[in-house]
Amino acid sequence: METITPAGQLFQYLITGITVGSIYAMVAVGFNIIYNVTEIINFAQGEFVMLGGLVMVSLHVGMGLPLIAAFPATMIIVTLVGMLLDRLAISPIRRPTVLSLIIATIAASILLKGTAMFIWGKDPYDLPAFSGRNPITFLGAVIQPQYFWVIGFLIITVIVLTLFFEKTILGKAMSACADNPDAASLVGINVKQMILLSFALSAAIGAVAGIVVTPISLMEYDRGAMLAVKGFGAAVLGGLGSFPGAVIGGLILGAIESLGAGLISSGYKDAFALIVLMFVLFYKPSGIFGDIEVSKIKRF
Amino acid sequence: MLRIGKLPISTFAFLIIIFPWVAHQIPGIEHYTDVMVFAGIYSLITIGLSLLMGYAGQISVGHAAFYGIGAYVSGILTARYGLNPWICMLAGISVAGAVALIVGAPCLKLKGHYLAMATLAFGIIIFIVFNEEAEWTGGPDGMSGIPGLSIFGFDFDSVEKYFYLVWGFVFAAFVFSVNIIQSGAGRALRAIHSSETAANAMGVNVSGYKVLVFVYSAVLASLAGSLYAHYLNFINPATFDLFFSIKLLIMIALGGMHNLWGAVIGAGIITFLNYEWLHYFEEFEVIVYGAILLVVVIFFPDGLAGIPDMLKKRLGKH
Repeated sequence: METITPAGQLFQYLITGITVGSIYAMVAVGFNIIYNVTEIINFAQGEFVMLGGLVMVSLHVGMGLPLIAAFPATMIIVTLVGMLLDRLAISPIRRPTVLSLIIATIAASILLKGTAMFIWGKDPYDLPAFSGRNPITFLGAVIQPQYFWVIGFLIITVIVLTLFFEKTILGKAMSACADNPDAASLVGINVKQMILLSFALSAAIGAVAGIVVTPISLMEYDRGAMLAVKGFGAAVLGGLGSFPGAVIGGLILGAIESLGAGLISSGYKDAFALIVLMFVLFYKPSGIFGDIEVSKIKRF
Repeated sequence: MLRIGKLPISTFAFLIIIFPWVAHQIPGIEHYTDVMVFAGIYSLITIGLSLLMGYAGQISVGHAAFYGIGAYVSGILTARYGLNPWICMLAGISVAGAVALIVGAPCLKLKGHYLAMATLAFGIIIFIVFNEEAEWTGGPDGMSGIPGLSIFGFDFDSVEKYFYLVWGFVFAAFVFSVNIIQSGAGRALRAIHSSETAANAMGVNVSGYKVLVFVYSAVLASLAGSLYAHYLNFINPATFDLFFSIKLLIMIALGGMHNLWGAVIGAGIITFLNYEWLHYFEEFEVIVYGAILLVVVIFFPDGLAGIPDMLKKRLGKH
């Protein structure tokens, strides 16, 4: 089984791409939750992923908490950070404009990055894989068990969110804010609280992405920005605001990146996703599932 | 802040002219002239960005790319091909201008977040190119052997001489930009800022002006990059990373982006923080920058240059 067939190689790239793409999809879902409620693009979205990975390392490896306890604890900590971000950086802005909101979330992102460097230093950290590191060979590709965890958590995230937004009062209230904040507040929805909730949810999803990806790609303090841009690429590719779009966009972007790095140039690995992002922005900014009419009535 | 008078400009010119002499008299700050060379280089970029962001209302989080293009075109053509530095500077400007034209035209159709992300992605792509095309750029290790500048046998071989050269460029750019702002083009840009639809209806060529000011800001950034390369004689990609684009954003947000003076003041303050006052924090300076940016955007949306107006309004109420 030592020979690597071209087909197996391609399958390998695809599997790796889908795994990485699942992470981009989760970041994209995070973007969408905040965007749908507030029309803000949170440039600090990638920092939640970074924090998720590093906090998990501290709790699980550093303090020795079992996986089953460290996972939710990490989610809670990062969720609190997300809520703080809204309370300290977004809601105090008196004259919210596109420019000031972009600058505020960029400021928050470099603050989080600097704080992470202060706490964890510059070294990358590893996390034990959830179910060992014995790879499975399938159709000529080598698959890490952790890949299944990543893809599984993406599926769980999407199911839970869909149920939340469609079946619960709270979720419906959040969707209402997205449609029309003024009308939402007229029927008694506290828009400020919904915004806070959107940051909390989005941070929690970022944390999940960070926790599940760290055993595969390690985690360090400065990974946030790149994850944010690629996650945004996934969100735009699928159509900003659309959850199925975020998933499809993330998987496509991950596959393109993995195939590009494998077949064309590994040095330009990070550039492929960004080039795709720019092309989508230039030629079809509404994305695959996005609605051009909806994007026209958005304030920003 | 539509009018920028002759008196403040001449006062500022006078202060700049005597700066090296004053710095030389006071022990402990002799090297401030060196820091001011960088302040001048950054001012060139922020003046262009102020026009783009403050006056035309278009965000860019990727101007480190144009700064880098200027530096690398100058560096490669002089160090590898031995061409005249001034010609290379013009070549850098042309390349940066052409790239800005190609990228700017589709980019500037985008609004708000989309534009920010597109410029950010563009900046990172160019940064990756600087790292990967090692045959040309020397890769992550950078390239050395970039010659200094001289004209008609006069060498800009001391810090003071280079100081006057850089600030000469800054003044030219400043005066030229003031003229743009006070001309019909400036009014068109402000009209675009307040409402693109209204500007369009009044017959302003919205997309044309936006691309034009984008190209202008790219050209200034490229010029700054060339000056940087010839001053340090060495460049590496890390100088032109995403964080530098963010620092540019901090400079003009701090100074006040609706005001050309703000661009120069912001560049000056951040340069001194960068090279002088933040040594104590070492790498954690990024936390300070984040805090500055957040405080400015929350409490001083018009930056330092907007404080006099803010005070006037406050006092006027009582």
